[in-house]
Amino acid sequence: MSIFEYNGSALVAMVGKNCFAIASDRRLGVQLQTIATDFQKIYKIHDRLFIGLSGLATDAQTLYQRLVFRHKLYQLREERDMKPETFASLVSAILYEKRFGPYFCQPVIAGLGAEDKPFICTTDSIGAKELAKDFVVAGTASESLYGACESMFKPDMEPEELFETISQALLSSVDRDCLSGWGGHVYVVTPTEVKESILKGRMD
Amino acid sequence: MSKSAVDIPPKGGFSFDLCRRNDMLAKKGVNPPTYRKTGTTIVGLVFQDGVILGADTRATAGPIVCDKNCEKIHYMAPNIYCCGAGTAADTEAVTDMVSSQLQLHRYHTGRESRVVTALTLLKKHLFNYQGHVQAALVLGGVDVTGPHLHTIYPHGSTDTLPYATMGSGSLAAMAVFESKYKEGLTRDEGVKLVTEAICSGIFNDLGSGSNVDVCVITKGHKEYLRNHQLPNPRTYVSSKGYSFSKKIEVLSTKITPLKEKVEVTEGGDAMEE
Amino acid sequence: MTKQQANWSPYDNNGGSCVAIAGADYCVVAADTRMSTGYSILTRDYSKICQLADKCVMASSGFQADVKALQKVLASRHLIYQHQHNKQMSCPAMGQLLSNTLYYKRFFPYYSFNVLGGLDNEGKGCVFTYDAVGSYERVGYSSQGSGSTLIMPFLDNQLKSPSPLLLPAQDAVTPLSESEAVDLVKTVFASATERDIYTGDKVEIVIINADGIHRDFMDVRKD
Repeated sequence: MSIFEYNGSALVAMVGKNCFAIASDRRLGVQLQTIATDFQKIYKIHDRLFIGLSGLATDAQTLYQRLVFRHKLYQLREERDMKPETFASLVSAILYEKRFGPYFCQPVIAGLGAEDKPFICTTDSIGAKELAKDFVVAGTASESLYGACESMFKPDMEPEELFETISQALLSSVDRDCLSGWGGHVYVVTPTEVKESILKGRMD
Repeated sequence: MSKSAVDIPPKGGFSFDLCRRNDMLAKKGVNPPTYRKTGTTIVGLVFQDGVILGADTRATAGPIVCDKNCEKIHYMAPNIYCCGAGTAADTEAVTDMVSSQLQLHRYHTGRESRVVTALTLLKKHLFNYQGHVQAALVLGGVDVTGPHLHTIYPHGSTDTLPYATMGSGSLAAMAVFESKYKEGLTRDEGVKLVTEAICSGIFNDLGSGSNVDVCVITKGHKEYLRNHQLPNPRTYVSSKGYSFSKKIEVLSTKITPLKEKVEVTEGGDAMEE
Repeated sequence: MTKQQANWSPYDNNGGSCVAIAGADYCVVAADTRMSTGYSILTRDYSKICQLADKCVMASSGFQADVKALQKVLASRHLIYQHQHNKQMSCPAMGQLLSNTLYYKRFFPYYSFNVLGGLDNEGKGCVFTYDAVGSYERVGYSSQGSGSTLIMPFLDNQLKSPSPLLLPAQDAVTPLSESEAVDLVKTVFASATERDIYTGDKVEIVIINADGIHRDFMDVRKD
């Protein structure tokens, strides 16, 4: 067993036309036993910046607390929100600091940057950044998500179509993964609003 | 109370505070995690008036491609670039660290960085970590003493060569260099040979793939040819497209409108001194 | 002297992906033609699809030496069947035979992941999917091999079978037309090739219908 498979998770972020979506499953398990079915894996850093944390849940929550702390310090010092690119570098630096005793956690970062340009990014557990133009995935269902997104993704989708695509990709992927599922949690962020939806999924 | 109660931003260096916990988990039979690797073909050669570096653009995690178009030619100094193979985080971090040390060194001396300086800084770091920082590098640049090309192994040993390859596709690329490299190549011949060597890695090594990146460095000038060649476009896109037969069932939706970003206009006489 | 034999394994994995889709009057079976080991490509033109009977083909990924041995066993068993019964074996019969053959080596298995596709006695498409030791199931569509985890979710999304618990039992075959099914197969292979390093070079698509067997090829990424 890999420690990344202890709690189970599925995370995906996609880019649309002047918008982005980030989605996760809702299960928290201890190996094959389900503990919670409304577990939060996507966190808000500020209005236009979200981070999803997959992997070992205890590390995910610790890492989230440290990130919020660092972001608040930045806000106090700079009197502005962090740009997604800056935040991605911060996450990467925090993870690489623990290169030889890592957090068992793979983050997915999505945000709207300058001039409402969508930005998505993922890193591995020791902070190797991967910037993508289309979609990024993480978690125990990552292979399934790669396949589903690769087949379903189209460039320049409008928010409604983006929501449908990311939801379909997420739900069909978690149905092929034993360790994630129990519905989905989707955020679609446009320059004017954030739409947060809870999806119904298989409950097994 | 020097270790304060709040978590102050660290000054730098690695932190080992999770190691004991992670070792405990490892002893309980949890497999150590795999990191994102750049399977990689990276090459470099010296031509008549400088150095050319080349790299593929695939990053893998086991048998899965996680980045189809990543950048493996890292900036070190305006006249020095470095290709990285191995664990992606390590190649990225080690080149970033050394490039900022070089920048500080340039501020201090007011002179152009030398390739040997970069080489020494890199090998010192890698030797310190005894091969645990898994970065295999091809370093190239042109300085006051002429063009230089070096390879650096994860344990900190280095080579100085007229042509070099690294990564899982190094044999495929070296086969091309060994049969076709000669001294005094022109720029175009050099770029063509580097491209051919990278393509040989892309097509014959499964750890390498996607596109060709090239960087040409000459005296006082550099040319970064990102995606110089794209030999692997997506092959098939259905003409009809697809539709989702089953609609998504949404349990609840919450819409939060965002405030307009307040634009601060500079200048004007809004504020009186 | 250190022990060397402990490190030796009788198995290798040559990678590759297989897909089969059953329709009302056809069956599409497809596999890529790359054979690899470790980070090297052994050949770019190796057929993973083997015709076992007139209306029955098998696509197999895994260890190709075991696959070859398995194909030989099935061919000889099929020859004996023809001598004894003076007819070709039907696809469901071949499905059962394959299961038995795999289970016969339960404790030293053939390292092969198979899908069997063809037409049953009524001329309806059928697909059987297996694990390495012979557990099998008749399904509407299936995927096996190194890219199967990437392919399966999209097939589920497009072709989702009715639950086997439903009463009365529903038909497992997919509602697509033959050309739509071929199109879907091409899409999933193009996608799998993008992300799976062991899938690539060419896709061999075999279509079985009332007219017989038709073979088609599509080029995909070679990196």
